[in-house]
Amino acid sequence: MDLLELPWLPEVPASFREDVRSLRRAGAASMVDLRRLATHRLDLTQLSLLARVCAQASGALGERSLRLRILSNGTQDLVVSAVAATAPRHGLLLDVSAGLFGNWMHEALDPGSETARARPQYVLLALDWRAFDLAPCPGDTSLAEQRVGAALDQLLATANGLIRHAGCQVMVQSLVEPASQMFGSLDAQVPGTLRWLVQRFNRGLCERLSSGLLLLDTAAIAAQVGASRWHDPGLWHLGKFPMSTRAVPLYADHLCRVVMASRGLARKCLVLDLDNTLWGGVIGDDGLAGIVLGQGSAAGEAFMAVQACALSLRERGVVLAVCSKNNEAIARQALREHPDMLLREHHVAAFFANWQDKASNLRAIAQSLDIGVDALVLLDDNPTERHQVRHELPDVGVPELPDSPEHYATLLLAAGYFESVQFTADDRSRAEQYQNNAARKAESGAASDIDGHLASLQMVATLSAFDAVGRARITQLINKTNQFNLTTRRRGEPEVAGLERDASAISLQVRLTDRFGDNGMISVVIGKVDGDDLLIDTWLMSCRVLNRGVERAVLNELLFRAAARGVRRVLGWYLPTAKNALVCEHYAGLGFSCAERLATADGEATLWALDVATFQALACHLQVDQTALEAGPQAGGLMAPASALDAA
Amino acid sequence: MSITRVEILAKVTEIVQDQLDLDALELTADSIAADVEGWDSLAHVRIMIALEQAFGVRFTTNQITSTENVGQLLDMLQSLV
Repeated sequence: MDLLELPWLPEVPASFREDVRSLRRAGAASMVDLRRLATHRLDLTQLSLLARVCAQASGALGERSLRLRILSNGTQDLVVSAVAATAPRHGLLLDVSAGLFGNWMHEALDPGSETARARPQYVLLALDWRAFDLAPCPGDTSLAEQRVGAALDQLLATANGLIRHAGCQVMVQSLVEPASQMFGSLDAQVPGTLRWLVQRFNRGLCERLSSGLLLLDTAAIAAQVGASRWHDPGLWHLGKFPMSTRAVPLYADHLCRVVMASRGLARKCLVLDLDNTLWGGVIGDDGLAGIVLGQGSAAGEAFMAVQACALSLRERGVVLAVCSKNNEAIARQALREHPDMLLREHHVAAFFANWQDKASNLRAIAQSLDIGVDALVLLDDNPTERHQVRHELPDVGVPELPDSPEHYATLLLAAGYFESVQFTADDRSRAEQYQNNAARKAESGAASDIDGHLASLQMVATLSAFDAVGRARITQLINKTNQFNLTTRRRGEPEVAGLERDASAISLQVRLTDRFGDNGMISVVIGKVDGDDLLIDTWLMSCRVLNRGVERAVLNELLFRAAARGVRRVLGWYLPTAKNALVCEHYAGLGFSCAERLATADGEATLWALDVATFQALACHLQVDQTALEAGPQAGGLMAPASALDAA
Repeated sequence: MSITRVEILAKVTEIVQDQLDLDALELTADSIAADVEGWDSLAHVRIMIALEQAFGVRFTTNQITSTENVGQLLDMLQSLV
């Protein structure tokens, strides 16, 4: 399997040359047309043919195309057309130009240069080791360090100057060391050899990369295909071409991936076929005992590697889905019960096993996850399925796969669908979040009766008095909740802290979990006891959990506490604002009656009253976990003596 | 199965047409680069690279720079394929 050939892309069709020419004659290529054509293994000639149509489209679809300027110490003509033609493969339209070779510093920093005037969105500093003074000086450590430092300073000063003056995104490259050595295995250890200098430079570059700079890691790409195939000294001598022509298509692809990722266009979801993709054989025919998966055979291990690859992608934020022509129960059973299965049901955010065509299923998967079809990648061993999907949904990434599974994982990763320019904590939990959302969405779609739906959510509300642990979040909710907020009374953290110790207050923080996950703290209630009355001065809730009956459970608890304190009447104001019309009938819905109406600048304020003695607990589909309540207001989680509860 | 000189010329013509964006270009053994619009030194390298890929051959730097007309190019290709 040769990565230089971009083996995950389908072979170029015989009609390619004619297709491109007719698009050119018609003069009106769409992004879909361009993407379809670009998504093949194209050689340099084919790329340059396609580049002309892309340039034509760039002109027509003006505002959608991005300008990329390449500044280099080498001749970039081959790269320019390769990149322009490759861009539509990644959903981009790039208007690519190059400065004269060797002139890169001047082009970058002179405000009158063609680069400055072109106002590109991206500038690539395509520099190799020959651009800098990295003359070998084996054995002279301080000179070696100095040379590397100076080279890095030169590169970064140029890059930062560009960002400042041209306001563009700047991409820099790591250096590919030449495919030869001074000593042999000693080169990396002797300061001042070219290998040492290049490796030091690349390390220093990673360390000094600041935000605003994008890295195209040419050193890594060249390592994957072999430095001896990356370099072509003959071409350099011939016309300062910096790399072998055979490497240009792959280089162009990686470049486009980084641009694509920096624009947030990277794929989000890996959709997996099951039979002969995640295991050998057909589960419907072979059964659990018959499918090939596990340590016993080369094929079994290869399929485990595919599953492991999917799981590690999930761990870095890629959502997993299943799309299989199978009986759903049988398919789910395989994931649930096979002992060697690494991928389990709970890893899958969308599970579509049926007999419909895959394109329809992919659309449904995208919808269930609230993402675009262009965010999907389909891994499927069946060439007919792949062909059908590519034809109907050209925006879905469908890697070409060989007949046997040992290269599936490598190919999937090599294709770079999930290229990323950052990795945050949010990314790590992304798969989980999508899963929860999808599950909730599916449930609310499937349930035809509300009660059945609510009951099936298996909600558990945890009510506790204010404590130090919840303080920050309570304060946050008090200050940012606007819609489901009866009085919009704001308080700072010190006031909230004070309520923790206030014996005349009944305060509740409410957390909610359901079958799909933890919603965190979603409601806050504050009431003050005044003689026989409990006046609710704050009642707010997160809109994420509307219509679930949470407020009924809260009211039940409030009344219970009030009764325990000898309160006879519970009162609550609704103070209208521009944003809280949602809750004007909140108290009415809970059985309160209106005691007073007051005209205010923002509308009619209403006071509501409920008699404690005649109150009957309201039915709701929530389980209430009260263990935290038993602890009392001062405890903050520790068990306090029961007498602390019944303050008079 | 060996490829004839006529077939080689046809393929070379197609490639030069594509590289120079000249759909109607015709080449003969006597054609020289100077006579063809756009066939400068950079285009020449691109054409030679495209020929390498199309015929599955590798030229030396010398071979790339020393061919004087299309006829010599055809001779070279015939000896390599």
